[in-house]
Amino acid sequence: MKRGMMTLLARPWLWSFVGALIMWLAAITFTGGYGGGGMLTAALSLSVFTVIVGIGQMFVITLGPGNVDLSLPANIGLASAVAMKVMDGSDSRVALGLLAALGCGLCVGVVNYLLIRALRIPPIIATLSASFVIQSVDISYGRGLQIKPPPGFADFTNIQIFGVPLLALLTLLLVAGAGIVLHRLVFGRSVSAIGQNIRAAYLAGVKVEPIRFATYALCGVLGGLDGALLAGYFRGANVDIGNEYLLASIAVVVIGGTSVAGGKANIPGVWGGALFLVLLLTMLNTFGVSAGIRLLLTGLIIVAVITAAGGAKAAR
Amino acid sequence: MTQAGAAFVTLGGVEKSFGAVRALGGVDLDIAEGECVGIVGHNGAGKSTLMHILAGGATPDRGRLSIAGEDQHAYSASRATALGIRCVFQELSLCPNLTVAENARVFHPAIRGFNWRGRAGRLILDKLDEIFPGHGVGAGELIQDLSIGRRQMVEIARAFTVSDQPARLIILDEPTSSLDAHTAGQLLAHVRRSVAGGLSCTLISHILGEILQTCDRIAVMRDGRIVVADRAQAFDRASLIAAMGNVETAPPPTEADRRAVAGSERPVRVRMRPKRQPDAQDLVAREGEIVGLAGLAGHGQTDLLLATFAAAAGWRRGGAVNAAVALVAGDRQADGVFAQWSIAQNIGISSLARLRAGLLISPRREAALANSWRQRIAIRTQDVHANILSLSGGNQQKALFARALASAARIVLMDDPMRGVDYGTKLEVYGLIRDEAAAGRTFLWYTTETEELKNCDRVYVFRDGIIVAHLLRGELTEERIIQSSFAGAH
Repeated sequence: MKRGMMTLLARPWLWSFVGALIMWLAAITFTGGYGGGGMLTAALSLSVFTVIVGIGQMFVITLGPGNVDLSLPANIGLASAVAMKVMDGSDSRVALGLLAALGCGLCVGVVNYLLIRALRIPPIIATLSASFVIQSVDISYGRGLQIKPPPGFADFTNIQIFGVPLLALLTLLLVAGAGIVLHRLVFGRSVSAIGQNIRAAYLAGVKVEPIRFATYALCGVLGGLDGALLAGYFRGANVDIGNEYLLASIAVVVIGGTSVAGGKANIPGVWGGALFLVLLLTMLNTFGVSAGIRLLLTGLIIVAVITAAGGAKAAR
Repeated sequence: MTQAGAAFVTLGGVEKSFGAVRALGGVDLDIAEGECVGIVGHNGAGKSTLMHILAGGATPDRGRLSIAGEDQHAYSASRATALGIRCVFQELSLCPNLTVAENARVFHPAIRGFNWRGRAGRLILDKLDEIFPGHGVGAGELIQDLSIGRRQMVEIARAFTVSDQPARLIILDEPTSSLDAHTAGQLLAHVRRSVAGGLSCTLISHILGEILQTCDRIAVMRDGRIVVADRAQAFDRASLIAAMGNVETAPPPTEADRRAVAGSERPVRVRMRPKRQPDAQDLVAREGEIVGLAGLAGHGQTDLLLATFAAAAGWRRGGAVNAAVALVAGDRQADGVFAQWSIAQNIGISSLARLRAGLLISPRREAALANSWRQRIAIRTQDVHANILSLSGGNQQKALFARALASAARIVLMDDPMRGVDYGTKLEVYGLIRDEAAAGRTFLWYTTETEELKNCDRVYVFRDGIIVAHLLRGELTEERIIQSSFAGAH
């Protein structure tokens, strides 16, 4: 019995899926079973965007205390504008536009790292101040106009196969790839070593700074990818498109069982956390609560989940 | 010298262990009123532990402590302060973000009310004027803006200040380590004056001249015991050094000596010079050599190892290192172990490039590497996939050795890696190091245990961040090392 509990507690990501399931059950109980499948499809579609940036944020947070990328919302906003402008409404330029978005994200990641490294600014401040600069660039670049995606690209982001969004399937591949990167590549091992003890990692021969550089760059690229996909899914880029991913990207990492203290990452948990967040909103919407109450409850529930996850770890 | 009065402090059979390490193995010591007792001994002899017990910072496992004629049972730092025991320890205890006056106030809660800052400042400045005339410290200066020497002066003066509680015994642990000769002289003269006025003092110093000049009585510690205690006049420099270490005749030239001589044709692997080295003395290590770094703790040995490590990564100039380097940390928890990982992952981290099959790290190869080292150096575990913290400290250290030796590095740096390792494990590791050296690996070995230096082909002795002596194996005795480690001219 006790051992069963231990193994369960040793897999904190399980809780995020349990939480997501409870939210879903609560919602369909309220609707009397109506629309359960549709809710799941919508939740999968929406969670994809949180998962993509969540993976990037997870690698950054795993680098250890103080490491976090707060520039993701601005990064997403700029990349969405860049992607739409380069695509210019033409299906033949989709690949070019995607590449431009990835390149834009990469630049943001590189700038973040340079601020942290060259100017020795703590990551939390460096990425936050970078996000103001990025946002200004975005406003002057996009002039606040909503730029439409090419029809082919917009359709692509909405394809469903037997109710499962194609993007979710592709993201599953991305998540599997991230798992391999984390556990089987020298890069992933190094990130985990740095997060546990940066000095020991340096003395064990880990190339600390190149790895940190690559991690911030990776997170930037994933933010850029997310921006392009969001612009396709919501049929247009805009400055605020990434706003909700500031809290969401961090929340799904923590709810998913990744250690905020660094060194311990959890990939399936990011999915569970993202589903949990989306279904939580869905449930509150079906209950018909007002926007204010919805925000309040979202905040409280996230705090409760993170406290519970921390408590479970402490008990272990 | 004054003849001592009644005993102020009496220690009887005091014992103290930290885990498996026995710091004090039954110490008896009296400190009389109006007496200055000097305590000398090599690193790890137990001097600082003894002083911490006296100051209430550590509780003895066994033994009797009596102060001012009363046996102390619930002894603590605050009780010690109330009894008039003051300390100046090696690690400075001033708050760097506060001024000199504010630091004095922290020490004297009795100073309160209107103009407390002014009164605290006057108290500390008067004492500084008394001990170190011409000190040049202002009451309003922040501690962090003072030089290390001036900080030490403030620290010392503060210990001598008196407000509501008396000062009866001042513990001075290496008080002169950051002072120049002039201010050190001022301090020691003040100690003599205070002792003549009835104060008691204990003085720890590695500068034997200071001890011989200042103290009424000297206790020599070795391996957690007081081996000799007598009037200061009964000692001279040579007899103190003799009492501190096991004096041995130099061992006859051995196989290793011949190897050292014959080895001078081998390629140089490391050539490094300490940053502040005034002459052209380099540290040179050739292929297959075991080179020791000796001297008192914290005199630049670790800095040189870290500089060598950085030079190998190509990040810093000022040295030549022409092969890959691995380091065995001495402070396991801070510098070595990855606490969330298995034993196998901890061993494999420095060999990841070789553990790959294609692009991916192969768990099978990782486990095979860990298992082969588990057998070679007898890491006591059932399963290399268990968490590293499931191992005892000595076995964690073995895993760190395995990490370095399993790597492709031809040069292995060891930063006093045997701290807290039991004797049996040590012998196993010594044998391993000799085998690896015979196979062509180069070792730079910093150790605070003189005994271990016998495994080295050559030894460099460090003092104040520079190399002060270079001893071949044949010249290696504890006496020679101690002689080089302590400031010479006194």
